[in-house]
Amino acid sequence: MNLLELKDISKIYGNVKALQDINLEVSQGEWLSIMGPSGSGKSTMMNIIGCMDKPSNGSVILDGADISKESARGLTDIRRDKIGLIFQQFHLISYLTALENVMVAQYYHSMPDEKEALEALDRVGLGERAKHLPSQLSGGEQQRVCIARALINYPMLILADEPTGNLDEANESIVLDIFKQMHADGRTIIVVTHDPEVALQAQRTVVLEHGKVARIINNEQDTGR
Amino acid sequence: MFWRMISGALFRQKGKMLMIAFTVALGASLATAMLDVMLDVGDKVNQELKTYGANINVMPKGASLLDDLYGVEEGAGVSNQYLKEEELGRIKTIFWAFNIVDFAPYLDANVDVQLHSNAGSVTAASGTSTETSVSSGGSTSSGGSANVASGTAGVELVGTWFSHHLELPTGESLDTGIKNMKSWWDVSGEWPRDDQPTSALVGSILASQKGIDVGDTLTASTQGRQQDFTVVGIFNAGGEEDEQVYVPLLAVQQLTGRAGLVSSVEVSALTTPDNELSRRAAQNPKSLSIKEWETWYCTAYVSAISYQIEEVITDSVAKPIRQVAESEGAILEKTQLLMLLITVLSLVGAALGISNLITASVMERSREIGLLKALGAHNLPISWLVLAEILITAVVGGVAGYFAGIGFAQIIGHSVFGSAIDVKPMVIPLVAVLIFVVTLAGSIPSIRLLLRLRPAEVLHGR
Repeated sequence: MNLLELKDISKIYGNVKALQDINLEVSQGEWLSIMGPSGSGKSTMMNIIGCMDKPSNGSVILDGADISKESARGLTDIRRDKIGLIFQQFHLISYLTALENVMVAQYYHSMPDEKEALEALDRVGLGERAKHLPSQLSGGEQQRVCIARALINYPMLILADEPTGNLDEANESIVLDIFKQMHADGRTIIVVTHDPEVALQAQRTVVLEHGKVARIINNEQDTGR
Repeated sequence: MFWRMISGALFRQKGKMLMIAFTVALGASLATAMLDVMLDVGDKVNQELKTYGANINVMPKGASLLDDLYGVEEGAGVSNQYLKEEELGRIKTIFWAFNIVDFAPYLDANVDVQLHSNAGSVTAASGTSTETSVSSGGSTSSGGSANVASGTAGVELVGTWFSHHLELPTGESLDTGIKNMKSWWDVSGEWPRDDQPTSALVGSILASQKGIDVGDTLTASTQGRQQDFTVVGIFNAGGEEDEQVYVPLLAVQQLTGRAGLVSSVEVSALTTPDNELSRRAAQNPKSLSIKEWETWYCTAYVSAISYQIEEVITDSVAKPIRQVAESEGAILEKTQLLMLLITVLSLVGAALGISNLITASVMERSREIGLLKALGAHNLPISWLVLAEILITAVVGGVAGYFAGIGFAQIIGHSVFGSAIDVKPMVIPLVAVLIFVVTLAGSIPSIRLLLRLRPAEVLHGR
């Protein structure tokens, strides 16, 4: 069953065609990577899938509903209820502790629950760093807080933009292990990345070039998984 | 969580918040200082202006009529009507009693004067007498001592209170008279004392014309009575008073046989600048509606105070000395307008400062706000969050600014008026409302910016 369908999606900024006639289906529980060089339209595609932008043409079907014509307020509600976002720059609130950063997502979703937020941090190995400010955490730790925040409201879709882009090898490995665990738990994950090694962890990789889908690689077939 | 976010923002971004609080404090302090000064400046300027003389003249009705009909400015004394000295204390019992700064009665008479100079000179002057004086038949000689001069002089002798102690019907007491009211008079020698009826203060022109010096003796005579006075001081007032002799009121009453009577009273009162209502009332108080009449009566307009004086002094007419009253009003209005303009400008400055700081702060936090939107926060909760932070900061800045403003007001009071400025409780809600409005107005650009922020733009540069 498809969780997400992109049908003839185009996005035009002035004279620039960032995306052209993108068609893509993502099934529930799938781990998909989106790769491509700079300017290929990866971030634009992520913004559209993540309900932070609307396509100029085409439709986006998420969980069976067309969201491409939703108002800004409607997109905010979908983002809050169905999508977990993970960013390359982590985007943690500098004056809140790790625990509070996770609770912010709960607060705008439903009700803050400190115990649950602490458990989420525990799952990413940061239970003992819960009271630390982002400035007191390493890059890998900040990314794990970001992951805990993305997971706290049990979203249908995890959308990660270069999740290991700012991490060293050791932390990249830790983060990828968490992603593997999320996938094993049945989460649907879309990862935008430059890194072929990261892309290879997904079941499929969509390669974008000049705003178009250049090819789709089935990693499981290629790697014999 | 809301308050955790607020406290996190406030305590972990102290630098930014202190800067906003400082700007608010600056605006609040200026507003407090200017409002305190503006509300007190009326009394202060009034008190300053009171040093330049009286602003109400009280006369008997008959004398006032002569003034109205024939333009006899000094109508008092040429009619047969007088005011009763015993009633003068009632002036301090009117509704606006606390606004009566000083008052002094006058009883004048044209008298013949003989100068007994210590230097042995001979001086005589003659003149016509008014109805209250008796013309003397010519020169008389006084051969008492070697340093005595003989002669006649038609001189205006003015009886008044210099610094008269008065027991009021209310049980209070005060010292009032021309010593306070004519503070610009330059007196060489001493002011006469009211309890020494034989002392005299001589105008500088008369003194120089007749060679009168401090210590000389003058014999004033009229209507067959005569009285010796010792010159205790020579004064220079810069006006027609310099040709007169001022003596204690009791002396002139005895000399003219008008015990307990005065011909006019000058009153110095703190007044509110005239407006259309007071001008109408001055023409005819009966033309006012009951509500207007109450407003007028309970406001310290010069016409209202005059009216209240007429109520307590039998058969009197109290007239504002328009030139003085209007000048005072004009100065007061201009001073208050100036203070108001400074207050408004300081608040506009504060609003601009706050607006810039908050806008800069929101721009600096655009990623954080974009993130909150990405996490599912709507515009309204985010606006509340930012506004709550700003308003809490504004309260801190406002309280600090209020107390700083009181300090500024005292500095202004002491450096400009030489006295403290009264701290008016009504300034607190005024400043609170002003700071609230200014902070909200200053936040509008940043809130608009915040509402327009799109998470994709600030998080991904799209």
